[in-house]
Amino acid sequence: MTVVSALLAACSGGMSVGGGSPSLADANSKYGFRTAPQDAGGAITVWVDSSRLPAAKAFEKAHPDVKVKIVSYDGGANGSNTFKTKSHLYDRAGSGWPDVAFTTDNNAASWGSLSGTGALAPLNKGLVPSSTLDGFATGALAPCTVDGTAYCLRNDLAQNVLWYNKSLMDKWGYEVPTTWEQYEQLADRVAAEHPGYIVGTAGDAWTPEIYMWGSQCPANQVTAAKSVTVNTSDPTCLRAAKLIDRLIANRTMSTLPLFGPEFAKEQGGKVLMLPGPSWYGGSVFQGALRTPGGQITVGAPLHWRDQNPPVTGSVGGGAWWISSHSKNLTAAVRFATWVTTHASFDGKPAPTYPAHSAAATQWLSAQQAGGYYAQDIAPPLVAAAGQVWPGWGSAEFSQEALWAKSVQAGMVRGESVESLLPAWQKAIEQEAQVLGYRVRTP
Amino acid sequence: MARFRWLRPGHLFVSGYVVLLALFGVVPVAYSFVLALTDPAGGFAGVSNFTRTARDYRFLAACGHVALYLVIWLVSLTVLVVVLALLVHRVTFNATRTFVRFAYYVPGALAGASSVLLWLFMLDPTVSPVSLLLHWTGNEHFSDVISPDHLPVLFAVIAFWTGAGGWILVLYGALNSIPAELMEAARVDGAGPVRRAWSVQLPMIRKWVAYMAILSLAAGTQLFVEPELISQASFGVVPNDYSLNQLAYQYAFSQNDFNGSAAISIDLLIVTLLCAGLFVWRGRLFETE
Repeated sequence: MTVVSALLAACSGGMSVGGGSPSLADANSKYGFRTAPQDAGGAITVWVDSSRLPAAKAFEKAHPDVKVKIVSYDGGANGSNTFKTKSHLYDRAGSGWPDVAFTTDNNAASWGSLSGTGALAPLNKGLVPSSTLDGFATGALAPCTVDGTAYCLRNDLAQNVLWYNKSLMDKWGYEVPTTWEQYEQLADRVAAEHPGYIVGTAGDAWTPEIYMWGSQCPANQVTAAKSVTVNTSDPTCLRAAKLIDRLIANRTMSTLPLFGPEFAKEQGGKVLMLPGPSWYGGSVFQGALRTPGGQITVGAPLHWRDQNPPVTGSVGGGAWWISSHSKNLTAAVRFATWVTTHASFDGKPAPTYPAHSAAATQWLSAQQAGGYYAQDIAPPLVAAAGQVWPGWGSAEFSQEALWAKSVQAGMVRGESVESLLPAWQKAIEQEAQVLGYRVRTP
Repeated sequence: MARFRWLRPGHLFVSGYVVLLALFGVVPVAYSFVLALTDPAGGFAGVSNFTRTARDYRFLAACGHVALYLVIWLVSLTVLVVVLALLVHRVTFNATRTFVRFAYYVPGALAGASSVLLWLFMLDPTVSPVSLLLHWTGNEHFSDVISPDHLPVLFAVIAFWTGAGGWILVLYGALNSIPAELMEAARVDGAGPVRRAWSVQLPMIRKWVAYMAILSLAAGTQLFVEPELISQASFGVVPNDYSLNQLAYQYAFSQNDFNGSAAISIDLLIVTLLCAGLFVWRGRLFETE
């Protein structure tokens, strides 16, 4: 077990937070926390979003011996924080927690592990076998690891890569860029030679997770359970901001939300490149934009020339959480393990890149067999999975919400991202302080 | 039986209301007071929850947003509803009057979150039936329309559209209760339509206007659904702490700080009660003839 803990701590790198004190820690328990009285035959309640519903139903079908009550909810979409909101209510009421919950917010460990809440079960203290935990990709459990204790089984990874339209790139004779500098130069050419085509988007709240995170901008360095370092004036933030501003100015970067109706209508057919997470392939190109098959493929994530080794950012990736209050932990663990270690459910592939390595390999094979992509997308995605910069943390507050209200709101008024960096800094500082974080600034 | 001699039928009529008021009005408010004056451990905290929340960087901004919205909405609601009620009342052709009353009332049938959802489509130039109007006013995209500077006016428009119709009918009924002889006497004395409205009708429906202002004020200070839905639809560009109610919600469910949340709610209650008291006093709501 010590080995597992050490491994997880090592995997977590800078993203793991330290110093938290799990309120339910119990050295005498075989799971490392105080458990509720167990009922091996009792039903478990699982909360899933609509995308994870097929997985839950497939588990139910494959395990008729386990009673499962499936509850659909928003899963944290649009930063709704529903899991957190409801958990706080259940904490006050003393009952009502689900046994297992899926969220797209990766910040649950930051609130669910602290004294006073403690609703989440530590998983690497004996509850989930180390053989299972070791099967997840390097760093996959880092966002939900607090002081060496892992609180989630990661559902999917969301490593950023470069999605591009191979047909157009070949037709126009463009070379696929590998650095942000080459990407910027190519954007200038596209602006001049093929006006109307875009090479990226900055209209969504996850923009900083692509450009700022990938540039190693120290805006969100969570250094302890309640401590964060914020420096948006760092040259790494500045270069990413200037890049966005330049591309917005030459109209090769869209400022519309990717999933809004306007983007699909006005720019959906004019996407040459799109730096973004692994889930763009299915959700954006196949789903929202309905780009015809045989055109889209993946390139290695872009990096700045001076970055050695190259790093990338990440946009989302959900996780499964088990409640420490569960009265049937065995069934809860069976469920969470099953849905995270499978690449397909009832014949349909998982919607996103599985965080479990073996499942990811199967998933990539299935994607390729589907014939949608112009070439093999596996090598860059697998490489990118291990390149996510660990200096961007999972704090209790949402970076996406702060970017939206401080930077995106300013962009709507026509202000440049570079000029909005101080506003972003202030927004992060203020929000962190409200939530009791100690904020270190330059 | 003598002991119950004081019991009147009137008591029976109000009993249900009193029970519900106690359960869902008085008890929650009392509980909020307790929460606002205590710390998470239940110890007495004095006014620290009030001062702490008032120093929150979002508090003054949220106060400003709600205040601006209330001023725009209450003024426009009062003026437009009174004018429209007077106009409907002057329509002599009965079928027209019935049709206009019905038309005013219809939007009120679509209240709350559903009306905001409808407006989200109306305000999106891509799908709006009035997209030309939106383009003419310089709004190319949804994000331009729902820019934070436009929100007080947009919320006022949404609230007016859903709520004004019912009030027009209430004031129309109040205008009907003015004796015809009185209006006739004013007309014989040489008062024109404007003078009759200003000097006779308005003073006589003043209580109803005050009543409308109080209920609208109470609803307006609780601004929540509109900014919350627009926040979601704008992918967060409109913050989820735009209004005081949203801020209280953030305190309770995002920060797990129910004491701070209760303090903000009590702030709102006090301000609303003071304003409502002013309207009652100026509108002479409880005066009997």
